[in-house]
Amino acid sequence: MEKLLEILDELHPDVDFETEEHLIDNKILDSFDIVTIVAEIDAEYDVAIPAEELIPENFNSAKALYALVEKLMDE
Amino acid sequence: MQITSFGFLLFAAVLLVAYYLIPKKGQWILLLAASYCFYLWAGIEYLGFILLTTVSTYAATMAMAANQEKQAKYLAENKQTLSREERKAYKAKGKRVNRVYLIACLVLNFGILAVCKALLIEPFKAAASAGTFSFLSLGLPLGISFYMFQSMGYAVDVYRQTCAAEKNPLKLALFVSFFPQLIQGPISKFGQLAPQLYSPKKFDGKQLSFGLQRMLWGYFKKLVIADRIAAAVITLRGPEHTGVSFFILTVFYAVQIYGDFTGGIDVTVGLAQALGIKLPENFIRPYFSKNIAEYWRRWHISLGEWMKDYIFYPISVSQPMLKLSKAARKNLGAFGKRLPVYVASIATWFVTGIWHGLTPNFVLWGMLNCFFIVLSEECSGLYEKFHGRFHLKEKKWYGGFEIARMFILMNLIRIVDLFPNVGDYFSRIGSLFTKFNFHVLWDGTMMKLGLTALDYIILAGGIVLMFTISLIQEKKGSIRELLWQKNPVVRYALIFALLVIVLLMGNYGVGYNASAFIYNAF
Amino acid sequence: MKKKSIFTLCACLAVCLALLWLLQALLMPKYMGSVKEGALIGEYYDNAGNNDVVFIGDCEVYENFSPITMWEEYGITSIIRGSPQQLIWQSYYLMEETFQYETPKVMVFNVLSMKYDTPQSTGDQTQREAYNRMTLDGMRWSGSKWNSIQASMTEEEKQWQGQWSYLFPLLRYHDRWSQLTGEDFQYLFKKDQVSDNGYLMQTGVKPFEDEHIQPPLVDYTFGENSYYYLDKMVELCKQHGTQLVLIKAPSLYPVWWDEWDQQMVEYAEKHGLLYVNLLEKQEEIGIDWSQDTYDAGLHLNVYGAEKLASYFGKILVEECGVADHRGDAEISTVWAEKVKTYYQRKEALQAQS
Repeated sequence: MEKLLEILDELHPDVDFETEEHLIDNKILDSFDIVTIVAEIDAEYDVAIPAEELIPENFNSAKALYALVEKLMDE
Repeated sequence: MQITSFGFLLFAAVLLVAYYLIPKKGQWILLLAASYCFYLWAGIEYLGFILLTTVSTYAATMAMAANQEKQAKYLAENKQTLSREERKAYKAKGKRVNRVYLIACLVLNFGILAVCKALLIEPFKAAASAGTFSFLSLGLPLGISFYMFQSMGYAVDVYRQTCAAEKNPLKLALFVSFFPQLIQGPISKFGQLAPQLYSPKKFDGKQLSFGLQRMLWGYFKKLVIADRIAAAVITLRGPEHTGVSFFILTVFYAVQIYGDFTGGIDVTVGLAQALGIKLPENFIRPYFSKNIAEYWRRWHISLGEWMKDYIFYPISVSQPMLKLSKAARKNLGAFGKRLPVYVASIATWFVTGIWHGLTPNFVLWGMLNCFFIVLSEECSGLYEKFHGRFHLKEKKWYGGFEIARMFILMNLIRIVDLFPNVGDYFSRIGSLFTKFNFHVLWDGTMMKLGLTALDYIILAGGIVLMFTISLIQEKKGSIRELLWQKNPVVRYALIFALLVIVLLMGNYGVGYNASAFIYNAF
Repeated sequence: MKKKSIFTLCACLAVCLALLWLLQALLMPKYMGSVKEGALIGEYYDNAGNNDVVFIGDCEVYENFSPITMWEEYGITSIIRGSPQQLIWQSYYLMEETFQYETPKVMVFNVLSMKYDTPQSTGDQTQREAYNRMTLDGMRWSGSKWNSIQASMTEEEKQWQGQWSYLFPLLRYHDRWSQLTGEDFQYLFKKDQVSDNGYLMQTGVKPFEDEHIQPPLVDYTFGENSYYYLDKMVELCKQHGTQLVLIKAPSLYPVWWDEWDQQMVEYAEKHGLLYVNLLEKQEEIGIDWSQDTYDAGLHLNVYGAEKLASYFGKILVEECGVADHRGDAEISTVWAEKVKTYYQRKEALQAQS
């Protein structure tokens, strides 16, 4: 989770990712950000997030994103 | 059948009455029947196309679903005995089989689309040179680009298991052919649209009223504004109109396409709303955008979403891209990090370009959009410093400046639609910097474009009205909701006034250009 | 609450419909000033019933025959259902509609329109559409009108699904709001009669001067469609026991070719009809082309029309046995009124020219 927050902070230093729950709905993250995050996670956790998981529900909060990563690591 | 034809209105009216009179269980069947009537009305020769898409999509999705079901069952039964690796391998094998079904379906459908588009190249060029070109006719014959993208999106969703396959072929047929959106979209996602299509609808006076109001507003934009200014757009495309005249063309075309496209979508979405079905919004006041990324989140949204979900994301998170990303980051630093995104963007915009047409100007159009998106992304850091240094973001006028800048930039990119020969486009753009013929504004040129003084007055009034409405929507939300709070008599009076304006000032019917015929000599 | 809002909705709808109707009435051309021909078809209904003779056709009937003269000289009750460039299917449907209002002894049809086989064969389509309007807008609603519309629409009208704009003329005249004149307000509810039982009077004189040479045609055969409707006319009149008389008015233009005449002679013979080519009777009628035409030979003026009526009335009496109604008090009263209007009009027009 720590690492994930680091990745996110680097993208948007002005956003508090621990509390923000509408990263997509409030248009904080755009599609470029999402792709960058996917690449970072791939590099950091060695987890490939498939295209079908790139939906708002998975990216609206750092928590949701982390849950996704854990789920994928589990599989 | 044109959505502006009397026949369409009559068709819609009869359908609406029947829709709320018959038993609710039969409503979706009626919609299916109406959609096919609509399609047949346009020409029996096109029926084969939509049937082929429907049947192939149904076959592919059912095959994938059966395979997925079998797999899930096997996995559940052998949960204990299989190791993690074995499970993974089994799943991967199943996915490979499904991929064959999916690819077969995609190749077949996009192959047909490509052939249709290729056949359209010559007519398109002819229409463009004759000046009868319309952006909306690109999807023809009969919205094939729209229903096909919608169907293929569904097939991919089934493959990805993000939505369940529809087992009833008739229900799927309705999803493919739902007639209000057949002509020009929006391109809906199955999960969002389909459940609404099949569910029973109770009569809701407010929804019906809202839907009809929205249709009327759409007709206003299309008939009073877009179809009126069209005459000047045709004239201004001529080779003699360069420099300032060309700039005027880009503005007029912006008005025309906005009225035409958003007006058409208003009719579509309004009719669906009257039927109790909520379609996704395709436009959110795009001309108020401050940067190009925002513009593309507000203009033709459903196409952008489709491209993002089915082209941009799959490419940018594919294994080769992730590898490229790792390599680029090592060697190119921060820019390398963004490189994969840019590669995916170029591919996406290339596809978006050829979706509009297979002529070089549409490829150029896609590439220009892509170029400016990448450019603004690369310069964003620079911008932020600049803004911060002069505190520009806090100044009100600066917002207006950003909007104007974006409007002009998008106008200059969009106008390439009209020039199948890209050389013509570049020479026009060049003339903007070499020819300062401002005199066309007052030397009478404007009166020779096919518009009378009265036309200019109506257009000016109409544009002011559209602008005001957009501004209110931006600041206060739905106009129809605001009206709904008012005294019904006031509301009806306003709606009636708009109806009269559309009826009297709309550019439709025989004799529009020969309106003085009655008092001509005999 | 609910009841009240439904009532408001209905009341507002009613008001809106009334306003739309008013708007439509305002925007429709009134044809009271310079283009009076457009009002002719609509004037029939006030004078329908009890006519022994009904003339049907284009300008060659409504400019050339004076029913008032036929009344004065022979006691013949007659009326003209003419409109500019009326095509043969329009004539047929007008005939069909006429039988809903009266069953005349004689139907007179002017055969010039045999030369136009389809709406497309008449030349300028914009003008054709204007003529369609003048013939069709004035008709009251009936199946005949609907069929006539279907048969008459030009390609452009079909493209715009023009039938709806005949049903709701507002859709056709919607852009006239910028051209409204005093006339449109003056005649909003009540129009004047511009004709005398369908006859549109002209008092000017423009003598016939020299003949225009018309190039010969490649093919003189009348079209299939024309014959189709002529056959239907014969059939229709037979059904109602009405005698159909074919005429060619004595107008010099457009040219009436001998080959055409021959076809009509043969047709009349085959169907046992009376066909009168009045071009051949000019001398007997006594037309003086330096005096009796207002447009150099295309149409007769009132002096010519009176002469022609006098000549043709005799044919109607002698060959068709049309009765003299001057002894009938009731009919005489009605016609006395018409005669009065006729002479008032004539005087007024003469004073103008």
